[in-house]
Parts: sequence; structure tokens; C-alpha cells
Amino acid sequence: MGRQALKMSAGAALAAGAAGAARAALVGAPADGQIGFLPANSPVQYDIEWFHNAILLPVTVGISLLVLALLAYVVYRFNEQANPTASRTAHNGPLEIAWTLAPALTLVVIAVPSFRLLADQLIIPAPDMTLKVTASQWHWNYGYPKSEGGFSFDSIVKEDKDLKPGDVRLLTVDNAAYVPVGKIVEIDVTSQDVIHSFSVPSFGVKIDAIPGRLNKAWFKALHEGVFYGQCSNICGVDHAFMPVEVHVLSQEAYQAWLETAKKQFARADGVDFAQAAPPSH
Amino acid sequence: MASVSHFTDTEVHAHDDHEHPVPTGWRRYLLSTNHKDIGTLYLIFAISAGILGTALSVAIRAELMFPGIQVFPSIAHVLMGNGSLDAGKHMYNVFFTSHALIMIFFMVMPAMMGGFGNWFVPLMIGAPDMAFPRMNNLSFWLLPASFTMVMISLFVEGEPGMHGFGGGWVLYPPFASLAGSPGPSVDFVILSMHLAGMSSILGSINFIATILNMRAPGMTMFRMPLFVWSVLVTAFLLLLALPVLAGALTMLLTDRNFGTTFFNPAGGGDPILYQHVFWFFGHPEVYILIIPGFGIVSQVVSTFAKKPVFGYAGMVYAMLAIALLGFVVWAHHMFTTGMSLNAQRYYVLATMVIAVPTGVKVFSWIATMWGGSLQLRPPMLWAIGFIFVFTVGGVTGVVLANAAIDRYVHDTYYVVAHFHYTMSLGAVFSIFAGFYYWFPKMSGYLYNEAMAKLHFWLTFVGINLTFFPQHFLGFAGMPRRIVDYTDAYFAWNFVSSIGAYISGAGALLFLYLIYEAFKAKRHAPNNPWGPGATTLEWTLSSPPPFHQFLTPPHIEEEEVGHTIAAGRA
Repeated sequence: MGRQALKMSAGAALAAGAAGAARAALVGAPADGQIGFLPANSPVQYDIEWFHNAILLPVTVGISLLVLALLAYVVYRFNEQANPTASRTAHNGPLEIAWTLAPALTLVVIAVPSFRLLADQLIIPAPDMTLKVTASQWHWNYGYPKSEGGFSFDSIVKEDKDLKPGDVRLLTVDNAAYVPVGKIVEIDVTSQDVIHSFSVPSFGVKIDAIPGRLNKAWFKALHEGVFYGQCSNICGVDHAFMPVEVHVLSQEAYQAWLETAKKQFARADGVDFAQAAPPSH
Repeated sequence: MASVSHFTDTEVHAHDDHEHPVPTGWRRYLLSTNHKDIGTLYLIFAISAGILGTALSVAIRAELMFPGIQVFPSIAHVLMGNGSLDAGKHMYNVFFTSHALIMIFFMVMPAMMGGFGNWFVPLMIGAPDMAFPRMNNLSFWLLPASFTMVMISLFVEGEPGMHGFGGGWVLYPPFASLAGSPGPSVDFVILSMHLAGMSSILGSINFIATILNMRAPGMTMFRMPLFVWSVLVTAFLLLLALPVLAGALTMLLTDRNFGTTFFNPAGGGDPILYQHVFWFFGHPEVYILIIPGFGIVSQVVSTFAKKPVFGYAGMVYAMLAIALLGFVVWAHHMFTTGMSLNAQRYYVLATMVIAVPTGVKVFSWIATMWGGSLQLRPPMLWAIGFIFVFTVGGVTGVVLANAAIDRYVHDTYYVVAHFHYTMSLGAVFSIFAGFYYWFPKMSGYLYNEAMAKLHFWLTFVGINLTFFPQHFLGFAGMPRRIVDYTDAYFAWNFVSSIGAYISGAGALLFLYLIYEAFKAKRHAPNNPWGPGATTLEWTLSSPPPFHQFLTPPHIEEEEVGHTIAAGRA
């Protein structure tokens, strides 16, 4: 599948508002008026979505509605018309113990899945490939390891005048990162100037790009498609204009892209790729 | 009771006129050592800063109302004489940075501690003034100097070729270092924060000395009104947290000007070190902004329910617990910086624990109203509104405490919604509750209650409309601090901006309400709130005499009523 064609289909899916997992190509971009999470495309992000929607959301909405209901009842039942004489009750030991212990127990219930998911996020499994991500004001640079051809390229937001049908304004870039589907990808993130933050919500990934430090994160994309994110730490005038665009391809399509990319992008060390001996695999 | 206090007032005036004539004109305020005059200065300062901070936020919402960059190039043209697109983007960054600095350091803190704290701590504990009146004067007058510094920072170079600093109020290096912002703008912000910090440290020393030493006979610690407790707890937070901020800022200042490399990896430093030190201050700071509000809401709820505060001792211990825990959770602001698994586990757990004492407070306020005889007058509306919006902001805080979820919503509009629910709704609602509660006492005039209720409803509807949809934007992945967004975020941003205009209209109504109250001159009685208002300030005239309690009142359990009786049980 050609890059342009993939973008076109991605755009079509977005326009149709359909981003279901059943589709071959997911689109990890926001939809108009959306109120929930972006489409999940990694085991970690599925778990984030589940943990929030199945546990945290009911608890938080429940507590908010309980407090609202109690306030409404108190205002209705104990306003000075309904209850002209105030009681003098200022203590109820068992009640006070109950409303201290109940939240504590709720937190324990929350903590169990929270800690499991946290470990899943931070313990990085043995990667199938490593992508080096280098931030600078105001773009991302993606570096592919020697095993993939050893090249790197800048990824810069497309200006409005360059947008093609299917592109997403402020999210589509000139050169996106490409990764294979179903593979464990480790990302090594750093920055050349100020602090930036690399984020792809659909993968459940957000990791700060900090000068002098190499931060690691990982994801395993479960479906093919196009996934967007944005720099998530204020980094200057064009902070709003350094999006992340990652394409997830089948292994074959990814290999085909690698072949093109090797030719298209000069190697990170400046050596012309055709002259350097490519690893044979 | 009224006749007794009238007698006391006369006696005080006679004594006062004899000993020290009341200063008049500019000397009364510039050279003031009177806690009530200084409190008034703080409140005027906070309201002025609040108007500016609100104007900045309305400009921000105007820019974000539609996709694209429409508003800020014009603002940059007017303010800086440069209407280019880049100047506009930068001006947007400067606006949200200044909005935060102004609202935190020049609106909420001066209003709660400087304004209400100065006015009512001495009155509530039966003291004639603050312990160190001249230091009190210094505390206040450092603030205009600090504010001037931050204003100067807007008009000098920050980032190369740009006026002002636009890197967020947290001043993270290397963006706030020479590498990111070579101009002197950041230095002015740092000096401004140093001055504001000194002001608050001096103020908190004053509060601690006053509360520990100047309580009237019989006013034991556990008979003190909860507002006094809240100021005491906050004063300790300020005293312990602000020197740490001063340390971080000084290291940043020497990195910028004297060649040190505390935060520069090229010299063996670490930008993350700054974040740790900053948030060691920064997290207690958010409790500094809300704990006095807890105190105000406790007073207001008890007064208008005509009931003692439910679980007084529990309320005090909850504040102490929140303050203590506030010092050991700072790195939950840093879950995406690459901290180790064990560190993140600890900060998740410690942060979630804060929900327990916070829950105790919310339930105790509701239990205070339970069985009461509620007067739904303006201060009470704000207090009830506070309980609800603070709960919403609190539960989203529990969501964010989970590092696993924070990974997704960190630095998105979800976080913006969360902290505005606790601050812009929570802290501000409690400030308005306090203002409407004590305005008759401070000014001696009654305000128009219908107008005050309209102010509440405009603000409540407007500000919920502003911030609730921002949760959705956060889930949809919209980062905070961006000047332009992809078109799919338009709908909720539009709603949010409409909400901001509505609450902006509420702010204008508030200003008119103050004007109307002073113009109409409806004289307030000593106690406009009835039998529920039992703390000592309501025994004095409205406004109170220039000096009060020259002979300390003796606090008997039955005399001071329910708040104190509750403390003894």
C-alpha cells in the first residue's frame, strides 16, 4: 500500500467517523466533538482505556453524583422553611470512621489494576526494533537503527497550503515515522535543546524528551493505520506545530517502505547509503 | 451582645483618640501598620490583579474559540508593536504564563492570606492586631514591587527577538535557561517570584506568631475557628515551601547569569533536578491556594446552617494531614519525565491517600448542613457551589494520581480542567464566599443580595461551561498551552469560550456590585447573618473600630457558641 494511498484511506475513515477496531486501517486522530479516548492501538492503551472507563470513571462520576445528590437533598430538606430549628449534632463517631475508611478501601481497589498497568508500561519487553526520537525546536527527528538501514530524517508539520485530501491540519507531517504492526517497538527519546514530550495517545505513550537524557518507552501496535500525537511540553513559539505522525504497516509494506526510505533519506552519519555496506537481511 | 460591643467600641475609640490619632490620606495606607487597613490593601490588590488575570484568560479563550490564529497577532501589534504571526504565537504563550503567575501569586494568595487572613485572624482570636505590624506593612508593599517586576518582564526580551517569557509559570529549564530564553525577561520573573516569596514568608511568620501568642484568654487552640486553623496550616506550608522555591530560582538565576550549571547537562547538571525542587514547592503551593478556602467554607457553612461545624477535630486533623501529605507527593507532576517504576509507584500511592482527608472535609461540610436550618444567602450559595466543584476537581485528581492514566492525559486539557476545577472554581468560589460573608463587616455596607446571587449563577454556569468540556478535549488528546489546534477540537473549544465570556460577564457584575454597595451606603448591623454567626468578628461594629480588643475578651464556652463548643467535645 503506497503512503499516499494509505493516507487517503485514513482520511476517508476519519471522514466517515468510523474508527472501529474491525477496520484494517485505524486512524488515531480526534473526531469532531469527541468526548472519549482516541482509538486504542496497543495492549497498554487498551488497558488504559479499560482502567479508566471500567473503574475510574464509575468511581469518579459516582462520587460526584453522590455529593451532588446529598447537597440537593440537604438544600431541599433542611432549608429554613422546611426545617426552622437547627439540630446541634456535631459528632457521630461511627459515621466519621466510615467516611474515612470507605474512600481508603476504594483507593485500594483502584490501586491494584493501577499498579499492574504501571508495571506493564514501564518494564520494557525485549524490543523487535528500536526507533530513536530526537526533538528540537520545532520538529521531531526519527532515527532507524543500522539493522533497519541506519537512516534518520526530520518530521515537520505540513503547512496549510501543502495539505492534501485526507491530511489532518496541524497533525499531518511531511515525513511520518513508519513501524511494523505487531512488533514491539522501543523508542529512545531525547532532545537537542529544550524539553519536549513525545506523545502518541493511541499507543498509550507519552515520554519527555530531555536534553542530556535518553528516555525509553515502548509500544506494540495491534492494527495497521495512522496515529497522531503532539508535543506535550511547552517548548516555545511553535509548540503547537510539532505533531507526531506514526504509520503502522504490515511487515511487507514496512519492508517496502524501508527500501524507499533508505534511498530517500541520507544516513545519520552523512554517508551516502548506496556506498555504505548495508546489513544483509 | 450588641449593646456590650457598642460599649466596648466607644471605650476603644476614646482610648485610641487619646493615644494614637488615626492617620489619614495616603499615610494611612502607605505607612499602615493596622491589620485591617493592610487587609484592605491586599484585597484591593488581589481584585485588581484578578481583573488583569481574567482579562488575560478571556483573551486566551477568544483565541481558542476557533481553529486558526486570529486574535493574538493583533494583541501583539497593540502591545509590542509587532503584529507578525510569530509575535502573535509568542504573545499567546506569554499570556498563559502571566495568567498563571498573576492568578496564583497576585490574586488567590493575596486575597486569602493577605486579605481575609489579615482582616479576620486577629478579630477571630480576639487580638488587637497582628504580632508584627510593621513587618505586615513590608509583606504587603513587597507585592506591588514584585508585580512591577513581572510587568517589566513582559516588555523586555525573553526568547530571541521576542518580548516576555512564554514558557509557562513553572519556568522549566532549559527553556528558562540562557539556552531557551537569553533575554532578561526570565530574570525579571525570577526576581518577581523572589519578592513575592519574601512577602509571603514574612506574612506567614506574622500569622504563626499572632496565632500562637495573641489568642485571647480562653481561646485555646481547639476553640479557634476553623478559618484561623486554615491560616495557621497554610502559614506553615508557606514557611517551609517558599524557601525551596527560592533555592530553585536562585540556582536558575546563577545558571543564567554567573556560569553555574545546576540545570545544564553540558556542565553535569540536570534539568530534572529543577523540576524536583520546583515541585517540592509547587505541590504544597496548590494546598496553600486552597486550604484557607477550606477554612472560609467551614465558617460560612456553619453560619448559614446555624449549626456547629460537624467533626471540628476531624476537620483540623484533615487539614494537617493534607498539609503533611502535600510535601511528599511532588513528583506526581513528573510521571512522564522517565522516573523509575518504584518511584512512580510511591508517588501514585501517596497522592491517592490525599483523597482520604479531602473526603473527610467534604462529608463533614455536608454533615454540618444536615439537620441545619439553611439560609441560602449569597455566601452560602458560593460555599455549596464550592463543595460540588471541588469534589469534581478532587475526583479528577484521583484519576490523575494514577501514573498509568496520567501517561495518557498528562499535559492535556484534562489536566487544565482538573486544576481549574480545584483553583478557578474551588479556590475562587471560596474567595467569593468569604468576600460576600465578610464584605458587610469590612465595609460597613450591605450589598445587593439579588445581584450577588446573579453573580453566583452567572459564574457557576459560565465557569462549568468553560472547564467541563476541557475534560473531553483532554481525552481527545488536545495538549495544553497550544495556540492553535486541529479542527476536530473546535466544538468543545467553542463551548468553552462561550462559558468564559459568561463568567467574564459575571466578573463585571461583581465589580458593579461593589460600586453599587459603596454608592448606596446601606449600613450593615454588627451581625447581618443572625444566630449562626458566632465568631468574635460579629460582636464588633461594622466596620470594626480602628483598634479593637485592647482589653482582650475572655472566651467562655457558652459565649462563643458552637464552633468552639464543638472543639471541646
